[in-house]
This record gives sequence, C-alpha cells and structure tokens, in this order.
Amino acid sequence: MASVRLESICKTFDGVAAVDDVSLEIHDHDFMVLLGPSGCGKSTLLRVISGLEEPTSGDVFIGDVLVTDVEPKQRDVAMVFQSYALYPHKTVQANIEFPLKVRGIATKDRAARAAEAAESLGLTEYLHRKPAQLSGGQRQRVALARAIVRQPAVFCMDEPLSNLDAKLRGETRAELVALHQRLASTFVYVTHDQVEAMTMATRMAVMSRGRLEQVGTPAEVYARPGSVFVAQFIGMPPMNIFPAGAVEASDVLVGVRPEHIAVDDAAPLRATVSHVEQLGHETLVHCRVGGVNAVVRLDSDAPVPAAHSEVGLVLSNRHHFDPVTTKRIDTAGDR
Amino acid sequence: MTRRGPSRVSSHAHGRSHGRARRDWGLAAALLAPSLSILGVFVLYPLGRAILLGRQRCDPSGDNCRTNGWHQYVDVFRSREFQQAFGVTFRFALMTVPIGLVLGVALAVLVDKQLRGMGAFRTIFSSTVATSVAVASLMWFFLLEPSVGVLADWIGGTAKNPGLLHSEGTALWAVAVSSIWANLGFTFIVVTAGLQGIPADLYESAYVDGASGWMRFSNVTFPMLGPTLLFASVVLTGRAFQSYGEFDLLTGGGPNGSTTSLTYLIYGNNSLIKNDQGLQSASAVLLFIVLLALALLQIRGVEKRVHYGN
Repeated sequence: MASVRLESICKTFDGVAAVDDVSLEIHDHDFMVLLGPSGCGKSTLLRVISGLEEPTSGDVFIGDVLVTDVEPKQRDVAMVFQSYALYPHKTVQANIEFPLKVRGIATKDRAARAAEAAESLGLTEYLHRKPAQLSGGQRQRVALARAIVRQPAVFCMDEPLSNLDAKLRGETRAELVALHQRLASTFVYVTHDQVEAMTMATRMAVMSRGRLEQVGTPAEVYARPGSVFVAQFIGMPPMNIFPAGAVEASDVLVGVRPEHIAVDDAAPLRATVSHVEQLGHETLVHCRVGGVNAVVRLDSDAPVPAAHSEVGLVLSNRHHFDPVTTKRIDTAGDR
Repeated sequence: MTRRGPSRVSSHAHGRSHGRARRDWGLAAALLAPSLSILGVFVLYPLGRAILLGRQRCDPSGDNCRTNGWHQYVDVFRSREFQQAFGVTFRFALMTVPIGLVLGVALAVLVDKQLRGMGAFRTIFSSTVATSVAVASLMWFFLLEPSVGVLADWIGGTAKNPGLLHSEGTALWAVAVSSIWANLGFTFIVVTAGLQGIPADLYESAYVDGASGWMRFSNVTFPMLGPTLLFASVVLTGRAFQSYGEFDLLTGGGPNGSTTSLTYLIYGNNSLIKNDQGLQSASAVLLFIVLLALALLQIRGVEKRVHYGN
C-alpha cells in the first residue's frame, strides 16, 4: 500500500520521446488507469514505475522513497502482463509460488500463501494444471494470483484484459474492482479501452503522444474534458466538435456530446440527416450541420427522423476549446 | 419406392466415393513417386544391400564373397575390436556432447543481448558451422602437433613430447576438442534460435518478481530451451558416433587403437577389417542400430520433461 509520484519523467528511444515530461501523483489505494491510444507512452510509463525501464530523466517515488535507480525487486511492485507471462512449464501452483520462491520463503509457507491466493480467485481446483490446460480467463486469474501472493505495495497491470472476449472482459472488470476494494491496494492499470477506464478507475490519466492530457475521476474527465483530444477519446460516439462560427457566433471550437443534442423541428439550427443507426437501446442520427458531420444520440422510443430529411437541432452542455491550443476554455455557460 | 430411393442413392454415393478414392490413390502415388524413387535408390536399397552384405565374408577385392549367416552380426558385435571401438566412440560422445552443449548454450546466452557489437560475436561464434571437418582437423593438427604446433609449445609437457595426439591418455581428448570446436557453430546457432523464441515478458515477469540472473536462467531459459536442447543433443550424439574425418586426419585411429572409433574401424586405412566388405557392412549396420537405439532412448527418456509450449 503506497502512493506513487512521478516527477518530470522523460523516456526516449533512439531520440524519439515515448514519454515526454510527465508528472503524476497516484494516491495510496488509487485505481489509477493510464488511458490513451496505441503508442501514447502509457505502457512505457508503467514500465518506468515497475522498474523495467529506466527513465531518461525525471524521478519515481514509491511512498516517500526515491526508486528511480532501484531494481524492481526492491520497489515492491507486482506486474500483470498483457500476455499474462505465465511460465508454461510450471503448474499453476508453481507459477503462483514463484515470486515467493525467489524471495527464499519456505516451501510450506509458499504453498499456504499460494493456496490462499488461488482460493481468493477461484483457482483451487486448477493448482496442478499447466497454463496450457486453462482458458484465457483462468490464465488471467493465475497472473493476478501470482501478483497478489506477495502482497506488493503497488500493482502494475498492462492491458490484462485485452486477450479476453467481450463477455469475459466485462465479468473480469467487475472482479478486478472487487479485488482492488478487497486488497485496499494501489493499482496502476494501462488500457486503451475507455470502457475499462470509466468502469474501473477511481482516477484516470489520459495520455497522448507521450504527454499527459488530463488527470481526474472518470466522471470529471467525461463531464469536463480538458482538451479536444480527451473530449473525443472519452465517450462513444465521441463528442461532436464544431469549428468556430459553425453553431454559435464565437471564435472558439464548440464541443457537444451526442446525447446533449435534441431534435426539434422548430429549432433554428438546421441539419440534414445522412443516415440513421437504430441500435435497439438507442438511435444514432448522423447528420450534416454547419458544414461538419455530427452524431445525435436519441432514446430508442424517440421519433426517428428519415434519412435525407432536414431537422432542427438544440444543443446543450456545450464545451469550448481554444482553436489553437485545443485546450478547454472555462466559461460560465459551459457548466 | 421410398425404401429403394435412399439405397440407390447410397450405392451411387458408395460407387462414386470408391472411384474417387482410386483416383486419389493414383494422384498420391504420382506425387510421391519422385521422392520415393530417390529414397529407394539412395537410402533403402543401399541399406538393404548393406544388411545382406553384413552376412558375408569377402576377399580384399570384394569380388568373391561367401555367405556366413546372420550370426556374423553377433560375432562382430562380440569381437574385441568392435567392443573396443564402441567404447572409444561412446567415450568420445560423452566428451563432446555435454561439453559442446554447455559451451553452445553459454555462448548463445552471453550474446543474447541487444548490445552494440553483439552481431560480430554472433558471426564469430557461428563461423565454425561453415568450416569443413577437414579444415578444422588440419587447423587443430597444426596447433597440436609438437613439430609445428603453437599450443604444444605453450602447454609443454606431454603436449610437447610425445604430443597430445600421440599419447594414449590424451589423444581421444585432443580429437574431442577439435570436434567440439567444429560443432560449436551448429549448437550456437540452434540455441540462439531457441533463445529468440522465448517471450521477453517471461524474463521481465521474473525480473520484477526479484529473480536473480541464475534463477531466470534456471527457471525460464533452461526449461524453455528443452526442445532445442533435446534436438541438439540427438544431432550431436549422432555426429559423435559418425565422426570420421577428425580421427582419420588427426590420429589415424592411434596410438594403439586408442582413437579407433566405430567409423574408423569401418572405413579407416589402419583398420583391421579394412579389406573385408562383409565385416565392414556388419559393423556399419550395428552402428546404425546403436544410433537408432540411442536416439530413441534420448527422445523417450527426456521428451516427457520437455515443454513444447502451448
């Protein structure tokens, strides 16, 4: 159980910056999700925390201890890899016991702690199997059991759900949240999946091109995105961004989420419907407004406009962004 | 009608599948014919001839042979010459295979790092694979022969007089060193390929868990190299039992038969049975059986402990 503090972390590979001046405070007991598209530097940042990568510059603190030049063993972190990194020649029990074995813990204690970790994740009946004899979800749980067995201060997880099918991913998300609450430990979790971030994180850090875009709770980041990038990365379909002057008389970019647009034939803002997607629980109306494409989300029981028809739109909960920096502009009207 | 319909369909289908099977067999035979004929002419026929020839005793010209019966195989196997050559070959394999494997793994692990200049070391370590036995043997001959050898001068003692290749106690070791060196490139390349197949995150996981270098080797590298090491050990054992050039060029089977291996007994100029094709064939067939048994033993004995991945 510990906090993690990153101060001005830079990491370059052959002159290319993978992580560019990132400072981040991860509180004790946080479930911090590092979120961003492929190549944004989130995995590199996680590897810097775990000690697998040495930062080019900057400092890493775990608790109050400077660990920048400290071996992973002394950092007291556990890592769960995307591929699970289970030893294929060892049984589930031997896999779970391995971190204890390398620390010289007695065989009897190892077995007891491995059994306890396995039981907490429903793996008791698989202890004598090899990883190849397990399903993807079971392997993922073995990787988790191997991480929790030595009760580390910080858990680092690098896209651990990405190899699971959609149904199992949903179930495992809930299990991970429950595990985090049970262990009351600090989790640092990397993903490119905004649903994982929104559903699991207590706080999230959105990254783009090696830089930190925004840090906050999922609700904060969704409600008040700090930049056009965050606004469009969080939310599905993404936030509509209208150029200056397209939907209101101002010189800033205007962002409106699809669910914050209503169809009202009497409204002065006119749009032409391109096509309609009826998804059962909701309807997505794709239309052209102010010279740009926009998406409107309607409830499933709302009247559906016909394709190629002209409709009126009412925009609410507007967000404003600087057209040059693309950063959020806080105005009285955007709340 | 309703009952005859399906049976007619079934008999038609049966006839069609019969004709199709015949056509498939014809096509299969045509496709297999080239490789089968090569296998037959160059492997199966000579093997059959050798087995039959092993029952015979022949004069030095090989023109006049008389059948001595299958028991000739038993006689040859029990003969002092065969037993001694078998012992020499077995000791030679015991020297070359484990040492060759350990050195190959050690060198491959040493250069299995993404560091500048490692490519040069990989080239150097694998270069012996492109060196013929003749060249390797001559090189070691010039190193070890007391009259011209540099190593003989450096080491002194037995190496200088009578020379490592001329002493009964050291000759087999000297030939083994040459053979280990010549085969090192092969082992190095095979193990390097095996190492590259081990996922990096297994090492990283062990590293984060606090495993030392030795623990990472013993818990990740070595078990994950199992199939590679099994393959390399079977091939190296086969090579050790079939080595001929080193013995012929370095020691000529001597001194006093201390380096007369099975292959040298069969082919060598100084061999006692060099003038009898029948006895040579019997020895060759026995060597084939020994090698087959050894390979089976290695594979059956080790395979269960070898992990072949998911």
